[in-house]
Amino acid sequence: MTSAEIKAVLEHQFPAAMVENEDLTEKQVELKGNQWLEIATFIKNDPDLSFDQLECITGYDTGEDGPLQTRYNLHSMEHRHKIEVVISHNRENPNVASIEQLWRIGDWFERETYDMFGIVYEGHRDLRRILCPDDWEGWPLRKDYEGQETYHGIVVQKMKEEEGWE
Amino acid sequence: MGIVQGDQMILNIGPQHPSTHGVLRLEVRTDGEIVSEIKPHLGYLHRCFEKHSENVTYEQVIPFTDRCDYLASMNSNFGYVVAMEELMEIKVPERVDYIRIIMGELNRIASHLLALGVYGLDIGAFTPFLYMFRDRERILDMFELTCGARLLYNYMWVGGVSHDLPKDFEKICIGFLDYFEPQIKEYNNLLTYNKIFIERTADVGVIPADVAVSYGVTGPNLRGSGVKWDVRKDEPYSIYDRFEFDIPVGEGQFGTLGDCFDRYWVRMLEISQSVKILRQALKDIPDGNVHQALPKKIRPPKGSVYRRTESPRGDLGYYIVSDGTPVPYRVKMRSPAFTALSCLDEVSRGWMISDVIAILGSLDIVLGEIDR
Repeated sequence: MTSAEIKAVLEHQFPAAMVENEDLTEKQVELKGNQWLEIATFIKNDPDLSFDQLECITGYDTGEDGPLQTRYNLHSMEHRHKIEVVISHNRENPNVASIEQLWRIGDWFERETYDMFGIVYEGHRDLRRILCPDDWEGWPLRKDYEGQETYHGIVVQKMKEEEGWE
Repeated sequence: MGIVQGDQMILNIGPQHPSTHGVLRLEVRTDGEIVSEIKPHLGYLHRCFEKHSENVTYEQVIPFTDRCDYLASMNSNFGYVVAMEELMEIKVPERVDYIRIIMGELNRIASHLLALGVYGLDIGAFTPFLYMFRDRERILDMFELTCGARLLYNYMWVGGVSHDLPKDFEKICIGFLDYFEPQIKEYNNLLTYNKIFIERTADVGVIPADVAVSYGVTGPNLRGSGVKWDVRKDEPYSIYDRFEFDIPVGEGQFGTLGDCFDRYWVRMLEISQSVKILRQALKDIPDGNVHQALPKKIRPPKGSVYRRTESPRGDLGYYIVSDGTPVPYRVKMRSPAFTALSCLDEVSRGWMISDVIAILGSLDIVLGEIDR
């Protein structure tokens, strides 16, 4: 199936979940977060779609006061088609349902996105930082991130505009 | 890890341990000798690749990709430039495509040689490691001849490569292949058909195909489970669709399909396939300028791209978002070793501690790429 056909199927099944977003390409589709688990279960198990491989989860910060996003790249081993699902979260309280039990790799991908962006995946059984230390402060890949001054008494180096490294 | 009861014990493997192939800590809960749970702790090598990328220009990201997968830097470069060229809609000269494929396949052989040799080392066979390292060295010599570096190349640039091939490279490379091909038989005699090696690997750590797909396991590990999936064939990039080669998959010849031996054996067969691609590429390589399509300043149009390529460890994906400036807005690397390691817990349950070492080695992880 092409991306347009997959989108048509989604629109037919979940008309309330579709979001119009002009910034996205034709390979991407934006969905509302509140139905995500239901939609994910559908697209994984539906025989015509059968997205059995979760290629990648990318966290994304739209900048300034814009929303945070989670982007899921899905691929079907059987039909060899793919789609990218985009879900936006509000900045103050970013959360969405976890798909960790559908695609098992979602476990680590969601932990990584949580680690870097602070997006909370509800229903994840072991949501903690994966690459940064457990007691690190802040969400490093957000655009408004400011690193902590010290970590256990060690000065954290920062890059300054124009001056380069301290 | 919860409460430890009765004969249970928590055992730490690593962070400094020869068989973790880098700095990785495994927290293992055992019941006697039997493993009941593994918690991998990552991040010891985290160097903020993605955060760095948001502060340097597009060209300056390439040396960082080298340092992610330091055993197959050419393939890391390759994935990034392919994604960038898709984003910018650049077409590179034919000679560049050929050079990239030659370098990528040579690096695949080098990486697999290290993986197989070290795997032998992990489970007690010391000699094959020396043989494989000897031949890997000759590949590194060719890289040195081409771009001056032995490990971290920064060789592939967006729209081209940094240097053209040196004089007589084709002759040197064919000479190497003629020398190398008979050596594969030697490796098989030394390691593959060794009774102890087969006993240690066959039937151990079986990953069924559906589990492998669900865990996002890719590359030789997925093919070891019998799934015929190779990005080079199924989503061809560069000019891989011009070459004839097979995709070896596991057959479970000494045990169950998807066991450690299958993953080992797929890598061994892949080396021969890479040699096959190299011979075709070296025969057909055209003349031309390798800097023709090199943009002076890289300023991709607004947009995003997700592109995956086949690195020696599996699907290496780059997600690049551009906002029209010379600095990337977001670069995300989907690391194949990261996904492979995530299935270790499920696969290792019920095996002995010594088998965990065998399973971990068969996944061929590189910590630089997992932690980024």
